[in-house]
Amino acid sequence: MPRRGWRWPLAALIAFHVLVLGAGFFAPYAPARQFRRFPFAPPMRLHWWGPRGHFHWRPFVYPWRPLAERYGPPRYRLDASHPLPLHFFRHGHLFAVPGRGVFLLGTDALGRDELSRLLYGGRLSLLAGLLGAGLALSLGLVLGGAAGFMGGWTDALVMRGAELFLALPWIYLLFAARAFLPLSVSGAAAFLMLVAILGLTGWGRPARLIRGVALAARERDYVRSARGFGGSRWYVLRRHIWPETYSVALTQAALLAPQFILAEVALGFLGLGAAPPTASWGAMLAGLLKLYVLESYAWLFAPAVALVVVVLLYDWLATSLAA
Amino acid sequence: MPGIVSSALRRLLHGALVLAAVSVLVFLLMQLAPGSYYARMRLNPQLSPRTVAALEAAQGMRAPLPVRYWRWLRSVAAGRWGYSFAYNAPVWPLVRTRVAHTLWLTLTALLLAWMVALPLGMWSAWRRGHWDSRAIAGGASLLLALPDVVLALALLALALRTGWFPVGGMHTLGSRHWDRWAQLRDFAWHLCLPVTVLVAGMLPTLVRHVRAAMAEALDAPYIAAARGHGIGEWRLVFGQALPVAANPMLSLLGLSFGALLSGSLVVEVILGWPGLGPLLWRAILDRDPYVVVAAVMLSAALLVGGNMLADLGLAWTDPRLATRGAAAASRSEAP
Repeated sequence: MPRRGWRWPLAALIAFHVLVLGAGFFAPYAPARQFRRFPFAPPMRLHWWGPRGHFHWRPFVYPWRPLAERYGPPRYRLDASHPLPLHFFRHGHLFAVPGRGVFLLGTDALGRDELSRLLYGGRLSLLAGLLGAGLALSLGLVLGGAAGFMGGWTDALVMRGAELFLALPWIYLLFAARAFLPLSVSGAAAFLMLVAILGLTGWGRPARLIRGVALAARERDYVRSARGFGGSRWYVLRRHIWPETYSVALTQAALLAPQFILAEVALGFLGLGAAPPTASWGAMLAGLLKLYVLESYAWLFAPAVALVVVVLLYDWLATSLAA
Repeated sequence: MPGIVSSALRRLLHGALVLAAVSVLVFLLMQLAPGSYYARMRLNPQLSPRTVAALEAAQGMRAPLPVRYWRWLRSVAAGRWGYSFAYNAPVWPLVRTRVAHTLWLTLTALLLAWMVALPLGMWSAWRRGHWDSRAIAGGASLLLALPDVVLALALLALALRTGWFPVGGMHTLGSRHWDRWAQLRDFAWHLCLPVTVLVAGMLPTLVRHVRAAMAEALDAPYIAAARGHGIGEWRLVFGQALPVAANPMLSLLGLSFGALLSGSLVVEVILGWPGLGPLLWRAILDRDPYVVVAAVMLSAALLVGGNMLADLGLAWTDPRLATRGAAAASRSEAP
């Protein structure tokens, strides 16, 4: 049966990844930049029509004016008398307002732009998930393929190992692995750590599946004849066994990637991912653990919405690949 | 029956071996861990370095790994499961109550999820191609995309805004003095949100699998034959197809329990359920190694036990598995 409909979700996912990879361009600010006067500023609406009903080609926003209050939550007034037009392609950013803060998705407790953090955080969350899935899958291909093809004690050893990793509920396994790494890691080291523990704890299931396919492929006639003609084990594994497993591996990738993204989010959410001020979707959602934040500042759910969309796209991709 | 007993014994032995291997793995990881509970204690200016060193030595944390592992094994045998530095108490009493709470939560969720998934999946398999079947499949996809974290946060926000549900914990403060019935209602009321999140997290996978298993059973030639003989649809679905479809469903039961334990960790932390999840979380942040080991071991034991029960159920419903004996069992152990 021909695979249908995988192009759309794939295109959307690629668009997402381009957005987060190009965060330096698409995001108006650095992820850790704090606008101290604007904690919990609500999202600014983009306007195209001016107060007198004129259409503007250059969209503009109305700035927030902080109301001076000594106690209680920060409050803002919309300053409708000073529209701020967006300037596009300024200073290497997609858009900016010179000298002012523009918060299309609002700001968090420290006055950091939510949109910028969403894009930079997506870089960590999406790519760590994707690369972690890639690592788990490569391990699965190598170990599972070898186990299925070689059989014997290789098979026994690899499968006992996989069983060990599958014997733990995988979040617990992830946490156990995380528990024994330094608590505060940031930047590139955190990214590598996340990819490594996601990949190293998640290889069991793909390895099992790929072993099954390799086991079946070993008995095929063309594999037997390749062996009979004197093809080396490595040659047969590379040319005949692995290509058999690619379709399973591809579907597994589409299934594993969102799981690993969610795992990264769970770790970041519980403060076990990258250390602050590194942005990640999980760390951003962790701000919502304070009840007063959760109750009042709905725009901080932005990473949750992005997460749902990404997982939905991956699910769509996986089902259309498996069909 | 001897088939079932011997296969159960083999499973039990196998599970014990897996658990032993897990404990070795966790201890090895622990050896690699940088920092310790006492490293943070040294930052306290009121404690002299000598005191901290004495405390550390008293807990045996300076001994080599095999010695510590042996001591831990002995303390497990004695029912203490090591010592929690943060709580200054043996681990087992700490963990025991938490496990009970986690089990309350997860078993309720498991039961409810299956009670919802079974009819939904069967219905959607029976009505394949109709609008309601497609609606169920679409709903499952949508629910699948809703991560536990997000759903838990959203429900917590709802509880905060409306006040319909408690925002955390397991009992209302002071409910110990209420009568039994009021206590039970209070408990159920606190159970609502976490169970909802867990059920919603598990439902899509369950519905999809039940549907697939049921669809396969309904497609079998003997069902067509039975239908040709004029056997009623009702008897066909429940009397013929369901027992056949029960086999893959039971193997899913064991797996779904593992997924449930994973899901419940984050949910417990967000919704303040005093289970294994928050304990493990705090233990990781506090660098309290024996609590981490105990929590991880218990989660593994629960998963292994759940799989074992599912396998026993499998052997019960499918007599072929029992009579095929050793060959089949060893094959299913190393798939």
